[in-house]
Amino acid sequence: MDHFNLIVFLGLLLLGYVAGRIAESRHYRSIRQREAELGDVLVFASRFPPDFRVRPQTLVGGSVVVGEDYFKSIVAALQKLVGGRLKSYETLLDRARREAVLRMKEEARQKGASMVVNVKFQTFSIPGRNPNSLRAVEVLAYGTALGPAMPRG
Amino acid sequence: MLVTSLEIIPGRRVAKHLGLVQGSTVRAKHAGKDLMASLKNIVGGELKGYTELLQEARVEATARMVKQAEAVGANAVLNVRYSTSSITQGAAELLAYGTAVVLE
Repeated sequence: MDHFNLIVFLGLLLLGYVAGRIAESRHYRSIRQREAELGDVLVFASRFPPDFRVRPQTLVGGSVVVGEDYFKSIVAALQKLVGGRLKSYETLLDRARREAVLRMKEEARQKGASMVVNVKFQTFSIPGRNPNSLRAVEVLAYGTALGPAMPRG
Repeated sequence: MLVTSLEIIPGRRVAKHLGLVQGSTVRAKHAGKDLMASLKNIVGGELKGYTELLQEARVEATARMVKQAEAVGANAVLNVRYSTSSITQGAAELLAYGTAVVLE
């Protein structure tokens, strides 16, 4: 019985590692490609638009929930013993944040906007069964999309 | 109704300040979707069920905030912010708040 548990554990670890790696590299490829495509939608963290011409505006946002894989959760649990950088979670959050910004940009472009100003981030972690463990993390990015400047009059 | 995260609107003046308006909703996870999410957690990646759930809740919270703003006679909500907090395991509260104003 002990052997069976060990085999299940190692199987999940391997599955998590392989599938997680594939999913991560595929996600990063898609992120890079879409970041290049949406490069002309400008994003500013400043509170005010770069110029004060009258523009149509609307609130836009993008959010994503990215889950950790089994391998990441085990690696993070071990790393927590010694402290320091949790690299396996860094990439998770990086992916989530970039994805959220991309979805916000997509919404902005759909609405005919050329820039998004006053962008705020918000991160919300969804706990797993054990309250100390992370299961998934939601990242929300939102801001005000501004359309092309309207002619005066 | 103009809903924006900006504090001022270029080219428009705030005629009347009506105070804070807010809208919130508490949502719990669906047991079936939760099971799917646990399975997805082995291989990692986006948990679409959760993304949709939280997004829907946020739309609802915003709609409630807008309703409150309408009730006080505002035509815009400025400086809108979102906040999420987990209440108990498996439930989250989503809050949207902003300043209701009358723009000229």
